[in-house]
Amino acid sequence: MDFFIGHYNYWIAIFLMMVGFYTVISRGNLVKKIIGLNIFQVSVFLLYISVSTVKGGAAPIITEGIELYSNPLPHVLILTAIVVGVATTALGLALVVRIKEAYGTIEEDEIHAQDHSL
Amino acid sequence: MPDHLSLLLVVIPLIAAPVAAILPRGRLPWATALTVTSICFILAGMQLWAVVHDGVISYELGGWAPPWGIEYRIDAVNAFVALIVSGIAAITVPYALLSAEKEIPEHQIPHFYSAFLLCFTGLLGITQTGDIFNLFVFLEISSLSSYALISLGQKRQALTSAYQYLIMGTLGATFFLIGVGLIYSQTGTLNMMDLAERLPEVSGLNTVHTGFAFIMIGFALKLALFPLHLWLPNAYTYAPTVITVFLAATATKVALYVMLRVLFTVFPNGFISTIPTGDLFILSGMAGIIIASVYAIYQVDVKRLLAYSSVAQIGYMALGIGFASAMGVTATIIHLFNHALMKGALFMAVGAIIYRIGDCRMDNIQGLGRQMPWTFGAIVTGGLSLIGVPGTAGFISKWYLVLAALEQDAWILVAVILIGSLLAVIYMGRVIEALYFKPAAETNLAVKEAPILLLAPTWVLVFANIYFGLDTELTVGVAEHAAQVLGVAAK
Amino acid sequence: MTHNLILHVVSKTLIPLIIVFALYVQFHGDFGPGGGFQAGVIMSSAIILYALVFGLDVAEQVMPPTILRLLASLGVLIYAGVGVVTLFPGGNYLDYSVLADTQIAGQHLGILLVELGVGITVFSVMLIIFFAFAGRGRP
Repeated sequence: MDFFIGHYNYWIAIFLMMVGFYTVISRGNLVKKIIGLNIFQVSVFLLYISVSTVKGGAAPIITEGIELYSNPLPHVLILTAIVVGVATTALGLALVVRIKEAYGTIEEDEIHAQDHSL
Repeated sequence: MPDHLSLLLVVIPLIAAPVAAILPRGRLPWATALTVTSICFILAGMQLWAVVHDGVISYELGGWAPPWGIEYRIDAVNAFVALIVSGIAAITVPYALLSAEKEIPEHQIPHFYSAFLLCFTGLLGITQTGDIFNLFVFLEISSLSSYALISLGQKRQALTSAYQYLIMGTLGATFFLIGVGLIYSQTGTLNMMDLAERLPEVSGLNTVHTGFAFIMIGFALKLALFPLHLWLPNAYTYAPTVITVFLAATATKVALYVMLRVLFTVFPNGFISTIPTGDLFILSGMAGIIIASVYAIYQVDVKRLLAYSSVAQIGYMALGIGFASAMGVTATIIHLFNHALMKGALFMAVGAIIYRIGDCRMDNIQGLGRQMPWTFGAIVTGGLSLIGVPGTAGFISKWYLVLAALEQDAWILVAVILIGSLLAVIYMGRVIEALYFKPAAETNLAVKEAPILLLAPTWVLVFANIYFGLDTELTVGVAEHAAQVLGVAAK
Repeated sequence: MTHNLILHVVSKTLIPLIIVFALYVQFHGDFGPGGGFQAGVIMSSAIILYALVFGLDVAEQVMPPTILRLLASLGVLIYAGVGVVTLFPGGNYLDYSVLADTQIAGQHLGILLVELGVGITVFSVMLIIFFAFAGRGRP
């Protein structure tokens, strides 16, 4: 039982990861795929942040009287990864808009059908 | 100035990219890209020379000492890959002038060169950095710009293939990120050399094994290692030809470099055999060589045919990694270089045909070989190199690969390599048959030879194919040195 | 957007506050939580709010797309430029310590400039993305 409760942050991250991954694989709607991709990425951010926590540690801002801080490095890394995620989402959605204009649909199977009927 | 060599290689294109974006339409953005890529090529050459003669270069960003700060650490392996990337870029940009004007709308041209330079920055950054998270950032810089570049293709399928690549590429990069996070949680460091020191202590932990698997799968996706190659044929077929040339010759090579680095430098020696990574590489390499080559035979679009051939060639490189021997890694690095030369030349020649008739389907290019003799010559020579005929660069890499296979008494693999070459004879034969032996279509009778600006870069690469097939001192010498630096134990 | 008095009044009071807060986050970033990324996003949200309430065309007059494009490039150039400047007194790339007389003053100045570059780029890129999506359907 301890194995489950003691690692609850990992279970949450894995659950979100699988939700996102499954959405990317199973949905045919291009926007939903991007939403799934986002959930997938966010789960990794969560994994990093939860790993950086130090038991009893304060937020990593230098304050008098506090000696134990959480590890700030993963926060910085994830800040970068979030920016990358935003850029990916923006680019992906821009592509979806262009696809909608070119094909008139954002359903994967309908796009395939149009490409193969040519 | 020489102290900052390895840094300038990344910063110069980084500064040039936003400048190119705000330049007016016309040829100024192109001139910027040309200047920058040429300077970088020279710098990369100086860097390789410095590394081979004076040993490893370590550059501390911001003056923070590693492992706390980001370190650029250059040895013979990355210096060689950086030279390949910048060399191909410096040859692609002159070619881009006409080809991009033809295939890309005029108002997109400044953005095209800006994204191209960003992609170049990212690829060079991956080769230069010695920090594994910094590598992720550069990976995403190059990937995001290459998605945008692919979507600039003329057909609407360019959009869907860019989207497909975006999904697959982001999944791959995120897998890599998970792996790095797991390893960081066990070692507390991101510097590759520091990781190499600390990983042996924890290499028995499940977390480290999981992290390793995530990193490998992530980069196998970026590398388009069979069976994770599904994005590659579409992306290469529908991207603007210049981008196909550039990505085919550089992006997969850089991904392969990261694999070599992670497998042999970062993870402790012998880790590759504790979990059967080597066998997996050999298995997917074999499958890739045979299946992708067979697929290539049935393609009707020449660009797509060459894309499938790329997947097969990546299979050869995977074989070399799978051997995990000094000879195997040497063969991989040689093939990495030679494949950049041959695919660069072939895609450029196909681009010259597209420049004239706007298409490269088998039934549309019939008989064009007689009207475009120089382009045809480039395709024939490139094809011979791809097959691995003695006297071409392709022969050298296949030769070393066969030697590496024989070293391990792996006769089946020798057979696979030879069958792969035979299949290459068939698919290149189909292209040559269509180009030369079929009667020309009436609509194509007026087609003339491609302009010199397209032919010159193509033939530079073609001559490189022949030159490095005859004079192997540079490639083999550097590759052997690089395999030694990676610390691959000779078996 | 139809004329809506409450929205107009509320957003006119809010927008200056948002901008001031963005500047606070921007310049507070070197000794507290904050920095260019966050400040750029907050700043751009002020303009996006303006565009939502008063219409896209008016917002594009306030922030013309050509200027945004220049700003986006300028931010990157500030960032990379600070790094290049640190090369000349003999430092490594982005070694802020050499920028001023003392090491601490140098680090202070360096991070301030770099974050300024980041802020400008994030601000303008967010707006470029917003205008690109919002303006797509227009004739």
